[in-house]
Amino acid sequence: MTKLAVPVFAVLAAIGLAVSCYLVFFVTPLEFSYNEANKLNGSSLFFNQKIYYFHVAHAFWLFTAVGVAGTSSIGFLIKRDPRWDDVASASVDVAVAFGAVVLLTGSIWAKAAWDVWWQWEPRLTMSLLLWLILVGYVLVRQFAGPSADRVAAGMAIFGMVGVPFIYKMVGQDSHPAAGANGVVATMQAGMRPAFWIGVASFLCWYLALVISRVQSTRAEREVRELRERGLDLGVLS
Amino acid sequence: MTLLRHAARVAWKDLRIELRSREILYTMAFFGALLVVVFSFAFPQDARAVRGSVPGMLWVAIAFTGTIGLGRAFDRERENDTMRALLLAPVPRLAVFLGKAASTAVLVLAVAAVCTPLLALFLGAPLFRFPVPIVLIVVLGAIGISVVGSVFAATLLKVRSRDVLLPVILYPLLVPLFVAGTKCTASLVAEIPNFDAAWYWIQFLGIYDAAFLVLSIWIFESLVIE
Amino acid sequence: MTALDEVQIRKVAKRYGHERALAGVTLDLKRRSMCALLGHNGAGKTTLLGIVSTLVRQTGGTVDYRANGAAVTGAEVRREIGMLAHASLCYGDLTARENLELTAGLYGVDGSPPAIDRALDGVQLDRKARDRQARTYSRGMVQRLALARALLTRPSLLLLDEPFTGLDRDGALALGHELGALRDAGAIVVVVTHDLEAIAGRTDHVAILRRGQLVFEERGTYTYEQLKDVYHRHAN
Repeated sequence: MTKLAVPVFAVLAAIGLAVSCYLVFFVTPLEFSYNEANKLNGSSLFFNQKIYYFHVAHAFWLFTAVGVAGTSSIGFLIKRDPRWDDVASASVDVAVAFGAVVLLTGSIWAKAAWDVWWQWEPRLTMSLLLWLILVGYVLVRQFAGPSADRVAAGMAIFGMVGVPFIYKMVGQDSHPAAGANGVVATMQAGMRPAFWIGVASFLCWYLALVISRVQSTRAEREVRELRERGLDLGVLS
Repeated sequence: MTLLRHAARVAWKDLRIELRSREILYTMAFFGALLVVVFSFAFPQDARAVRGSVPGMLWVAIAFTGTIGLGRAFDRERENDTMRALLLAPVPRLAVFLGKAASTAVLVLAVAAVCTPLLALFLGAPLFRFPVPIVLIVVLGAIGISVVGSVFAATLLKVRSRDVLLPVILYPLLVPLFVAGTKCTASLVAEIPNFDAAWYWIQFLGIYDAAFLVLSIWIFESLVIE
Repeated sequence: MTALDEVQIRKVAKRYGHERALAGVTLDLKRRSMCALLGHNGAGKTTLLGIVSTLVRQTGGTVDYRANGAAVTGAEVRREIGMLAHASLCYGDLTARENLELTAGLYGVDGSPPAIDRALDGVQLDRKARDRQARTYSRGMVQRLALARALLTRPSLLLLDEPFTGLDRDGALALGHELGALRDAGAIVVVVTHDLEAIAGRTDHVAILRRGQLVFEERGTYTYEQLKDVYHRHAN
């Protein structure tokens, strides 16, 4: 079963991505609105709005990845089984990549919507802070030596607990909101299929990446353990 | 409770050493004062701009001096490996954590007590217009830095690259603390003070401190024992 | 305080990230015995000592502490442990008295001035030095303070990690003699060391580690020559 997991998810992701790209670029309506005078609203984004399909999807899975990393880190500290730590580490690695996508696409959106490449508005700020915690985790893993797994697990758990505080701290300002009045709920009907297919494809992508990282870490560990046994038995030197 | 008594013993040991040599206190306070001077030159001097930048300056000073103080306080336990002796004692390891966090908080507060009047003096900022909320937010900030900082400073004690990793780990995690501190201070020094906002941030920081204290209590032994 | 009479180490393993420090070590420590834990650097001796002292969490296997047949766990185990390492485990900024008072307070033993003085008399620490900060002491005095601190709590499990390093010939032999006396009084003593001469003739149990595995174990008395021989044969 697990042997097939990565190829299956990767293929699903590829298909999903192809379908959603087609939908996004050829089928979904352009976003624009009219103001009272029946002229085109200055806040219409037209083609730039399409970045939203990729930006929001990555954001969903960024936050999920952080949650996964935090919970597996808890599991690792309790059970001390390196397999939990593998999942945490892989999830963070992928989260760093997804986070970078969120920040870059968010920046492009900001340029289109507000004519600045960066704004300290709530969601972007929150994503940046989260991304910094994740990058910190990667640095700790890389440079803390043999105890890196323990220290990084601590950081992931503290980071996860910090997320609600970061959320509360950034408040709600100019970013397209979430919840009942949010972008997701008030999407035009024509946009929904493309959006949700995009979300699902990037979930498959996330899973493919994380599972493949975990498998590769485990394979490395097995090789090392075999080598040790060989050295112990005197078969290797 | 014996747990608290042992924690007090550990904290008092640190404070007694510090009172004797005053090494960390002097160096932290001097560093804080230097920061204030540097800020005074780096930022504009007109009253409106000052009101805007003083909260940030105060909390940057607290952030930097706090991290240095943390590092030094735990470095002391590296000389002669006394941390090992503390962890080996039959007291709950939690007591060691609470003791170290308490003594670090006292140090951070002592330095904040130096930096705040200095900022008020050099930059003419009305930091003491409403003493109670300012003291409250600074105390909560000191507690937060000490709690989260002590967990990681203790964890990193024997870890490679610990000097640079401590800020790398701490600063992102402490951002909500610094933002709360800055926003609260800002709403207190503004021309028209906003007490609702100040109170909101004090509560925010109180909950933050409580949440991380509970987490630290659960997780300390797990992280510190190799 | 129930004195430990046995420590059962069963298949203890330890991994630090990718590194394997210990692989399935099984060893029994008994009261009234001094075990010499030998091996090259990196063989896992300090790690094993760390696990027995509860400061390091093993990744596999168990360590059982027994007193009068019953199991002892948690903080009660730590109460019975005394440790002497290359580092002094004492605060340089505190005086000898203050260091011992702190230890007495943490372990719940008599920390009154007469008791402290008795402990310091036992290691022959000069009276005039007792109220000076420990950072002003000579190496020999620091060692004596460390020993007083370790013995103040009357441990039944004494763990020593390279205690002879930095001591001169006489100092090392004196410490070896002291350890022998503690063993005779009933303690479980474990010494990790490279100084075979200091423990020769005193140890009654030898265990040798190599690359994290226990490759040799035997009970009996050893002369210096025998120790050297057994070490060269197995530690490599």
